[in-house]
Amino acid sequence: MASPANRMPRGLRIASTLFIVTWLIMAAFPFFWTLWGSFKVEIDFFSIADWTTALTGDKTKETYGSPITGAGYYGAWVQEEFGRAVINTFIVCFFVVCTSLTIGTLGGYALSRSGFRYTFWLLMIALIFRAVPPITLVSGYLLPFFEWNVWGILPTTIIVLVAINQPFTLWMLHSFFQSIPKELDESAKVDGCTQFQAFRRVIIPVMWPGVVTTGLFSFLLAYNDFAVTALLLSKENQTMVPKIASFLGTTQTEGNVMFAVAAVVSATVPLFILVMFFQRQIVGGLTAGAVKG
Amino acid sequence: MFLKKLALASIMTLTASSAFAACEISGRVSIVGNEFPAIHAVANGAKECSGGEVKANLTADHQKINVAGMSGNPAEYTTAIIANSSIAALMNENVIRPIDDLVAKYGQNLKKNQLITVSGKVMAVAFMANAQHLVYRKDILEKAGLQPPKTYEEMLAGAKVIRDKGLLQNPLGGAYKAGWNLGQEFNNMYIGHGGEFFKPGTAEPSINNEAGVAALKMMKALSEYMNPDFLTHDSNATSSEWKAGNVAMMNMWGSRMEPLKDPAQSEKVVVENTTLASPMTVGGGSTPATTLWWDGWTVAKNISDEDAAATFQAMANGIDPSQLDSEMSTLAVWLIDGYKPTPAAVGVFAAAKMNATPYPMLPFIGLLHTALGAEIVDFMLGKESAEQALADVEAAYTAAAKEKGFLK
Amino acid sequence: MKHRTFFWFFLPTATAMLLFIAYPIISIITQSFYTPHEAVLIVSEVCDPFGCKEETTVDQEATNALRVSKPAGNFVGWNIYLDRGHLATTEVAEAWRSREGLGDFFNALGNLPFYRAMAFTLTYTFVVTPMLIIVGFMIALGVNSLHRQLKGLVIFFSLLPMIITPLIGSLILFWMLDSRGILGSALQWMANDPSLSMKASTGLTWVMLMVYGVWHAAPFAFVVFYAGLQTLPQDTLEAARIDGANRWQQVKHVIIPHLMPLVTFVALIQLMDNFRVFEPIVSFNAEAHATSLSWIIYNDLQGETRQLSAASTTSVLTIIGVAILLSPVLVRTWRDFKGKT
Repeated sequence: MASPANRMPRGLRIASTLFIVTWLIMAAFPFFWTLWGSFKVEIDFFSIADWTTALTGDKTKETYGSPITGAGYYGAWVQEEFGRAVINTFIVCFFVVCTSLTIGTLGGYALSRSGFRYTFWLLMIALIFRAVPPITLVSGYLLPFFEWNVWGILPTTIIVLVAINQPFTLWMLHSFFQSIPKELDESAKVDGCTQFQAFRRVIIPVMWPGVVTTGLFSFLLAYNDFAVTALLLSKENQTMVPKIASFLGTTQTEGNVMFAVAAVVSATVPLFILVMFFQRQIVGGLTAGAVKG
Repeated sequence: MFLKKLALASIMTLTASSAFAACEISGRVSIVGNEFPAIHAVANGAKECSGGEVKANLTADHQKINVAGMSGNPAEYTTAIIANSSIAALMNENVIRPIDDLVAKYGQNLKKNQLITVSGKVMAVAFMANAQHLVYRKDILEKAGLQPPKTYEEMLAGAKVIRDKGLLQNPLGGAYKAGWNLGQEFNNMYIGHGGEFFKPGTAEPSINNEAGVAALKMMKALSEYMNPDFLTHDSNATSSEWKAGNVAMMNMWGSRMEPLKDPAQSEKVVVENTTLASPMTVGGGSTPATTLWWDGWTVAKNISDEDAAATFQAMANGIDPSQLDSEMSTLAVWLIDGYKPTPAAVGVFAAAKMNATPYPMLPFIGLLHTALGAEIVDFMLGKESAEQALADVEAAYTAAAKEKGFLK
Repeated sequence: MKHRTFFWFFLPTATAMLLFIAYPIISIITQSFYTPHEAVLIVSEVCDPFGCKEETTVDQEATNALRVSKPAGNFVGWNIYLDRGHLATTEVAEAWRSREGLGDFFNALGNLPFYRAMAFTLTYTFVVTPMLIIVGFMIALGVNSLHRQLKGLVIFFSLLPMIITPLIGSLILFWMLDSRGILGSALQWMANDPSLSMKASTGLTWVMLMVYGVWHAAPFAFVVFYAGLQTLPQDTLEAARIDGANRWQQVKHVIIPHLMPLVTFVALIQLMDNFRVFEPIVSFNAEAHATSLSWIIYNDLQGETRQLSAASTTSVLTIIGVAILLSPVLVRTWRDFKGKT
């Protein structure tokens, strides 16, 4: 892009940089604000009296003797055992991503390589499946799951999340596989490979950029899900998001909002590490050009 | 000195006896219920029992899973902790059993008024009570030269004085969030005006009347003195406003009083001046504009008799008078024998003393409550008349009640 | 690919979807045509800690007898679809007959839950979807022209609004947008109106929800477009440049056509997601001003007495709505598909 002949005119470059900077502020500011606020007490951070107390931390100082306190983190991690929810979340995410990608890759590959008319209809049906509001699905699961005695445990939730996520995974992987030239596996089949061998030897090595991106979305779905995890997991198996929601209190009883804020910040840290770690795959992988048409 | 020691010793023996209380069960106990400290205390008490497994799943989503979790055979949950608003759902689905025999056998420590009976059969055991009542800021009322209000009319007039004197811009608070909270405020106000929700003996609504209109008009008048975002304020947000010192008077849950007076959460001046009072009346009526609530536990129908007996014993142990130590006493307004009201409980007791109306245990009240929460919003926003809003509530309720088979 | 091979490749994913999506859909559809049995009501004495009184209760034995005789419930046909909580045909016809002008008719429609929800849902869908595609595209172009070393960091921060849980992301913004929060105060200062509150007026609440919608979903469009930009055929771009195409012409004639399939994909997914808008309404406590179809389902399942049939009916209506909404895109995909084979 940055070849000398195509260098941006100055005005445009300034405009583009300004736009990106504005966007970054919009995207990141709420999180820095939350990070800052997580070290205050509720009345300061929510600044019901005046927003500047969130900066100065008057009440925090009054209560803890310093404008910064780790009380929210202590409460969330030690008192409420947020760590268990973190472990549960990672178990759920790991298995959801693996299962979802395994069966999704097979299905998406098949859809992209079969020219019959039913593949179109299968894709359409998958799309309709995605249109069902998850809360309705989940309330339908409750009764059978209780009867089969599988309610509340992690494997059930994992399978449900995989299934709910399949339509999206299929669509995404289907498009990625379509951009991998058919000649590749056709020629492997001419050389005497079965379809599966062709898939394994020729397609698998070049499919990673698409798979990583799809995996990222599967991960986010599992990580962020509330509708399924809130209703299908028992208290001790809860993942992070329902756990955070449970800190917020109910009509008749006071919650512990600062635990929730500290937990929100804690829940974002692994995402930060993950994206930093996979950044090269996400950016570099896509750049590698395996998806060049 | 000697007396003090004696008292201490007797308390020690009491606590000790509770820890070693002979609670021997033979069966499975599995609890589902809401999550707050008082219920945790009860569940922990139940877990003291030995001889059988005692599990508890306490979550804010308990109402969504309890019916499904008790429908199987055998039921996953052997007991559900519910309130007077939610017991109807379990009875409608026929998943809880009458427990008269168990009360006779194992319920020696229960008071008569803890037993919830329907058509002469004991269906649940109540252990704590709750109600909304007035809270006010002594200092602001003094500055404005006001007496604590006994009626909503006085509250309204007081709010005007406080605003005119420039003491507070929005002196009133209230959990008026659209949905359940707003519906509940209507219920209070309607009961205060002497209204009846249904035609006697039927499921037909009867709220579109003078009492209903008066209730709505009073709510609208009060909302003029609230934070303009009042339709987004649930009781959490209202409490926060109070703690920050922005509000002088509000009608609030008894169970939320303790944190308001916590110096770590509230401004100093708020802690010192927050005063609890009895609920107010409205429109010249004598019934206070509030509802009484209880929380209690039930026993599932689809379980073996051994498990039912174990469940009853364990839960009875959880609310045994011997469990009431100084820590547990502050968690709720207990209905348990021997409970000494704490300062945070005076509002709820005052409500009960004034013969406040309990929240109705009708099978279809939940549908009306939902309809109210959704349909009176337009009136509160000034988009339609009170009569139209009430007609909409009745229409929405009727559609829902027909679907659930309560109306033909 | 042979049918047989296709079958084995597709079997695992098909099984998962059949069991956990197709089967529940069938039961949802069935449920929307059935209601529970009539409850036999009797008046009996009810005692609680505050005293005894006569109250209406359900006669369990009589109701159970009904239940056992017909376990599926009452078949009611289209009744629930047509009742006031859903399509409200009677009420709509009545409003049409007694209208005093179109405005009056639309007001009457807005008083019915389904149409009120549709008004917000459709506005939201058709404002947010194009906006997020445009914003996402612009971010992708901007990031693409950045220095290599900066890209990683910028990408991470750009992804934040998407990767944070919607329930929590919107909660954070809700706190900040309070009239005394930092953003709320900033807006008051900018508008020079100290009584401005985003949460108190219907119009501003809609704006707030839509801005949140764009903020939350633009990163998704950005990531997809950014990936597409990496595969941009450099020779075509070079050729356009040699032909003297300026920057805008390059974008219009080379980049946008290249990204078109991705735009279709993003539009497809986002139209669907925006039509099912739900979390922001709950987190922003916005139900006084804005409701959506998904919110109605949630509300039906939320109360003390859960309305399963009503929720199922709204779910079916949502699926139909999505199908109608996506049909232009689907027709296009069908043509592409036929063109290829």
